[in-house]
Amino acid sequence: MGYRISRRGLLNGAAGVAAAGTLAGCAMGGDDDTESDAKGEVSAANPLGVKEDAPLEVVIFNGGFGEEYAKAHEAMYQERYPKAEIKHSSTQKIAETLQPRFVAGDPPDVVNNSGGSQIDFNGLVSQGALTDLGELLDAPSLDDPAKKVRDTLLPGIVDVGSYDGKFLSLNYAYSAYGVWYSRKLFESKGWQYPKTWDEMIALCKKIKAAGIAPWTYPGKHSRYMSWPILAAAGKLGGIEVIKAIDNLEPNAWKHEAVRAAAEAYYQLAVDGFLQPGAEGMDHVQSQTEWCRGHAAFVSCGSWLENEQKSVTPPDFRMAVAPTPSLTTSDKMPFEAFRGTGSEPFIVPTKGKNVRGGLEYLRVMLSQQGASDFTRKVSSLTCVKGAGAGIELGPGLASVTGLIEASKGTAFTWLYSSYYRKLERERVDAACAELYTKRINAAQWCEQVQKSADEFAQDPAVKKYKRA
Amino acid sequence: MRGKRLFIATFLIPPLLLYGIFVVSPYAQAFQIAGTNWSGLSPDYEFVGLDNFRRLAGDGYFWNALRHNALMLVLLPVATILLGLFFASMISVGGRSDRVGVHGVRGAGFYRVVYFFPQVLSVAIVGVLWKEMYAPHTGMVNGILRAIGLDGLAVAWLGDPRFSFWCVMAVLVWMNVGFYVVLFSAAMQSIPRDLYEAALLDGASRLTTLVRITVPLVWDTIQVAWVYLAILAIDGFAVVQIITDGGPSSSSDVVGLRLYKTAFADGQFGYASAIGVAMFFLTLTVAAMFLRVTRRDRVEL
Repeated sequence: MGYRISRRGLLNGAAGVAAAGTLAGCAMGGDDDTESDAKGEVSAANPLGVKEDAPLEVVIFNGGFGEEYAKAHEAMYQERYPKAEIKHSSTQKIAETLQPRFVAGDPPDVVNNSGGSQIDFNGLVSQGALTDLGELLDAPSLDDPAKKVRDTLLPGIVDVGSYDGKFLSLNYAYSAYGVWYSRKLFESKGWQYPKTWDEMIALCKKIKAAGIAPWTYPGKHSRYMSWPILAAAGKLGGIEVIKAIDNLEPNAWKHEAVRAAAEAYYQLAVDGFLQPGAEGMDHVQSQTEWCRGHAAFVSCGSWLENEQKSVTPPDFRMAVAPTPSLTTSDKMPFEAFRGTGSEPFIVPTKGKNVRGGLEYLRVMLSQQGASDFTRKVSSLTCVKGAGAGIELGPGLASVTGLIEASKGTAFTWLYSSYYRKLERERVDAACAELYTKRINAAQWCEQVQKSADEFAQDPAVKKYKRA
Repeated sequence: MRGKRLFIATFLIPPLLLYGIFVVSPYAQAFQIAGTNWSGLSPDYEFVGLDNFRRLAGDGYFWNALRHNALMLVLLPVATILLGLFFASMISVGGRSDRVGVHGVRGAGFYRVVYFFPQVLSVAIVGVLWKEMYAPHTGMVNGILRAIGLDGLAVAWLGDPRFSFWCVMAVLVWMNVGFYVVLFSAAMQSIPRDLYEAALLDGASRLTTLVRITVPLVWDTIQVAWVYLAILAIDGFAVVQIITDGGPSSSSDVVGLRLYKTAFADGQFGYASAIGVAMFFLTLTVAAMFLRVTRRDRVEL
């Protein structure tokens, strides 16, 4: 019995074990020599030089669009390169799943970096983790060798995926943001979608008198209600107002146009035009209230139709419209709306088959790949004309109408992808305060500006400049 | 002698090794990472010394979250232990005394199952369940309030910064109380029945019996419960993330959620590790403090 381990001795032992563990599996990785990018012969049929038998790994965000569409794209790729082995996986937790693989220098070849847990682009870009997709843009398209991939994309797609002039993320879906309503409800009551803010307020009075809440919104994700404010501000003051915000310029959020737009939407709260209780709902709950006819308007993007598929009444006929003009002298016409890419796809630089990754995106961007996506998930893609000839749901049909009517005046802001946290946390919180009347419009501008300044001054955040 | 030591070592070393690799080593690494500006997306990083901790000291969002944890630290153990003790004593010794002796209220077995029920559900399910319960129009909480004519009290629970924290707090108590009911009733089973009978004969009231006999005799268990609950109160991450995600306007934010968002949403693993290290010391201090404060003489039977 003579021997006893002292407490100190035990601790020393534990420390030794810990040190050994650190050496064995350090979270921060170590070796950095994965220069094993597979390359093949460049030819007319294979302009990106894909190595025919190199395996391809694709990771898909399994969210509103599911993963079936990707399997169809993979089948198309497989058809072109029968010898390539394709590994498909999907997850809702992109960041948690892939973060260790980025560190280990072993990321997949194509990632659909989307959803609530997407990997922050600011982090990816500042670490140089993303392949420049410029080569893909200049490659011939799959359908017509005389046409470059670049020329098959809808306007704005290259802008929204570019960071400091490099095209790093392909936003495959095309989303229109606006104010949604039910055609059936409006026709049955004889209401017209308002084109000016005065008309909006007048209509809201009528809607309220009819016993329906004029607006509902997801109070737990109040940033949805920052979209009409910014869209209205952009239309009132011109795209320069939006660019100043994207570039984190001092007092950008205090611009007269932003303040006027915030004032207008704050009016909805002041006049009691927001559905009571909406401040406690999440997006699904509030959208469902809207689908049940308890509210007339909701602010959302064009994924709404797909998201609400299971609860939308058959004759509901949802439709989207641009935000009403604030004044008669707005810089942009009423038809202008926020239209932009969503569902970002990236090709990590350290992937084993970067060429294959680029080629996979080229397959996705073919007419066949794109129209298949639209058919499967009821969303438009960033590919021009790929929605033609497909029977669209009422919501999506109204989106195409919106795009046509806008005659190229669609615009977007980029601060939310440059500085995700600024929108996701700070603007979100400020909007929650605004629409519950805890702060007014001027205080809202003040509060968001303060947060924007915080990001502008934070050395840990990489800054981007929008031209 | 030698053989015996070898025998013991073969049982001790493998678990110690596993513990070292999977528990101690990540902890040790967190200390190292806290001194870097590592983004968590590549192997590149620089040592920045104590910068992260300096930043932490001036981070209003961190302090806000910490305040909520502190409040939970004070209230969660008290509320849970009081409720746990009350329910457990009702179940074990709350019933009428008859010739058979002291026993629990009628249906004690049923209550025991009901109280324990939340323990069977995973935290994620508890979170989603309560998120829907608190929903303003479709939720059960408001449904019940309206059904009994208290329409005025039916509010948007999770959308109001005055209530959101307390809503989460209620869920935390609800989901934990059952475990301590079972723990305390197990402890109470070991108290000799004749003590209660003697007290009853002496004319002691229920409350006196609880305070003078039950509590001192299960004090060890209460002490353990206190430390567990304190550690839980410093965390609270999963429930908060699912039910309110810290909102609205950070009114229900907790340190664990700050850490998670800093790492996985903002890609700042260095800074997130600094938050983790701060949490580590906090938990350690609190546990040590609680054990010391609650130390008192053990009643031997």
